[in-house]
Amino acid sequence: MKNLLLFFTVILIAYSTYAHNIEVCNTCPISTLKKAISSAKDFDTILVKKGTYKEHNILIDKPLTIIGKNYPVIDGELKGEIITIVSDSVTVDGLFIINVGTSYTEDYAAIRVRKSKNFVIQNLVLEKLFFGIYLEKSRDGKVFHNKIIGDAIQEYNSGNGIQLWYSKNIEIEHNFVQHVRDGIYLEFSDACLIKNNVSAENLRYGLHFMFSNNDIYQDNTFEKNGAGVAVMFSKKIKMLNNTFKENWGTASYGMLLKEINDAEITGNTFEENTIGINIEGSNRIIYKNNNFINNGWAIKIRGACYTNHFIENNFLYNAFDISYNSKVNDNIFDKNYWTSYTGYDLDKDGIGDVPYRPVKLFSYIVNRTPETIILLRSLFIDIIDFSEKVSPVFTPDNLLDNNPLIKRIIW
Amino acid sequence: MLKILKYSFFDLMRSRWSYVYFAFYLLLGIVLLFLNNDLSKAVITLMNVIIVLVPLIGTIFGVMYYYSSKEFTELLLAQPLKRPSIFLGQYLGVAISLSMSLILGLGIPFIAYGLLKSNTIWDFSLLLITGTFLTLIFTALAFNIALTNENKIKGFGYAILLWLFLAIIYDGLFLMSLVLFEDYPLDKLSLVGTMLNPIDLSRTLILLKLDISALLGYTGAIFKKFFGTNFGLIVSFIMLAVWVVLPVLRIVFKSKKKDF
Repeated sequence: MKNLLLFFTVILIAYSTYAHNIEVCNTCPISTLKKAISSAKDFDTILVKKGTYKEHNILIDKPLTIIGKNYPVIDGELKGEIITIVSDSVTVDGLFIINVGTSYTEDYAAIRVRKSKNFVIQNLVLEKLFFGIYLEKSRDGKVFHNKIIGDAIQEYNSGNGIQLWYSKNIEIEHNFVQHVRDGIYLEFSDACLIKNNVSAENLRYGLHFMFSNNDIYQDNTFEKNGAGVAVMFSKKIKMLNNTFKENWGTASYGMLLKEINDAEITGNTFEENTIGINIEGSNRIIYKNNNFINNGWAIKIRGACYTNHFIENNFLYNAFDISYNSKVNDNIFDKNYWTSYTGYDLDKDGIGDVPYRPVKLFSYIVNRTPETIILLRSLFIDIIDFSEKVSPVFTPDNLLDNNPLIKRIIW
Repeated sequence: MLKILKYSFFDLMRSRWSYVYFAFYLLLGIVLLFLNNDLSKAVITLMNVIIVLVPLIGTIFGVMYYYSSKEFTELLLAQPLKRPSIFLGQYLGVAISLSMSLILGLGIPFIAYGLLKSNTIWDFSLLLITGTFLTLIFTALAFNIALTNENKIKGFGYAILLWLFLAIIYDGLFLMSLVLFEDYPLDKLSLVGTMLNPIDLSRTLILLKLDISALLGYTGAIFKKFFGTNFGLIVSFIMLAVWVVLPVLRIVFKSKKKDF
């Protein structure tokens, strides 16, 4: 008898601590997500069946797993924020969230995580949104496989796809962000990994970094964004194997670096941008094994950039390879491949015998008087470029690649 | 006039020079296409060649033809023929045969390469159109020079000077004036400066269709706004047409008055 009692007690305890499944559907006893959350215990799983749920201001204040089956629609009816997570260890999976309210005083998000840890947000589809996924003072979370499709038209009344604010150690992977203001935005967020995302056709930036250190972004694609990618005021960032494509416009660039120190930029492709990389006040950066293809300017160095290393990059068919606006240079260009290199290699070691000067006189002139760009590819310009190449007067005479490669580098 | 045109045209078609010219473009087209393997890159390289070579060959050939057929012209002048029709016939004969060499010489390799299925066909046609315009313009200018100068050496000298001026020196002056007045708004000046030189105009027209990335910068926007629109395109073609019509009118005018 005693044993039996013990057995039941154990079962009871086990049962009470074992996570329940709570089902939500339009015809179930529990027909709203809010009701399901309030009746759930810690570590329960809420299964949301296919259907449309018109709810907003859903507060998740206990560690729950919410799983949508066949993408149930959570419709916020443009009334405000839809899901707010304030508890640790919350998983949200497989929901279709639409109609986030727009406000000029509050940043309504489709899903917001506030001061929480160990969350997972995955397989969501967000449409008609203001802000998409907003992580605020949170850490150790994952944002996977989400699809965010906005309909932003103007910058002032649109929000960002994925926004991180004072967050730490977040993994953002395989997301697809389109037509919002900034695709992915990080502010004061350290040690994050941004990987395999596609951020395209956003109004302003595909990716926007501010005051965020020690982050890695790799294998992402940033395409056709209003102004490209901006990385500002940050330290020790690694940018690996990303693609920056077709950021065309009067003030567009593949990537903008402003006040970036000690970064590593490796294996990226910059293709068909008005400016490949626009660099301002950035020091001790290593640019290695990048491809610059068909850009207007491959690299535009604006000023206050010291001790940068440009090593083993391919500069292919850019209108201007480097634009440089000062006479002082202590940046190092070495072992790059330049399609406009015209030297020879007599000893056949694969390295050109004549140094290459990547800054043309014309690019110096265009820097001074931008209207002269109309003379691009004129015969006269070719002649003055040639004479400047022979004896540099206007361009810094130590800005040269002493070991230009003869063949395109393949890695 | 048509008879003289026909005569000049077939005379030139039989001559070695049109074949050389034709063969040159044929070779250029083939080499560019099969070494580059990239149609749009080939069109850009071709543009560089066209805006320099077509005017040069147009001027030299025009002057050369005029001087070499001078005796025949004098014979024709003895006949009851209108003077403008003699000279216009000769001019058109030269210009059309040169244009044909250009169009066929470049067109054949490109069509063989599969241009018709590619998107660059419009860029390519623009290239051929501006090339033809440049031929018409510079042949007409050459006839003007030849009509004005009896002395062959002087005529050739002026012809080369004309080419040198429009292809190179003009751009130098243009650049200097832009740099000199950099404190002032320059977009209008640069637009006008481009419109006034047929070589610059052709170059800008083609560049805006092809190598657009650099021109899309902050200042490039204004050029794009102008040349990129149909309005700009039409104005540019009108300007090129004006460049053809004015020298041709002067040929007519000059030939009526000239004492042979």
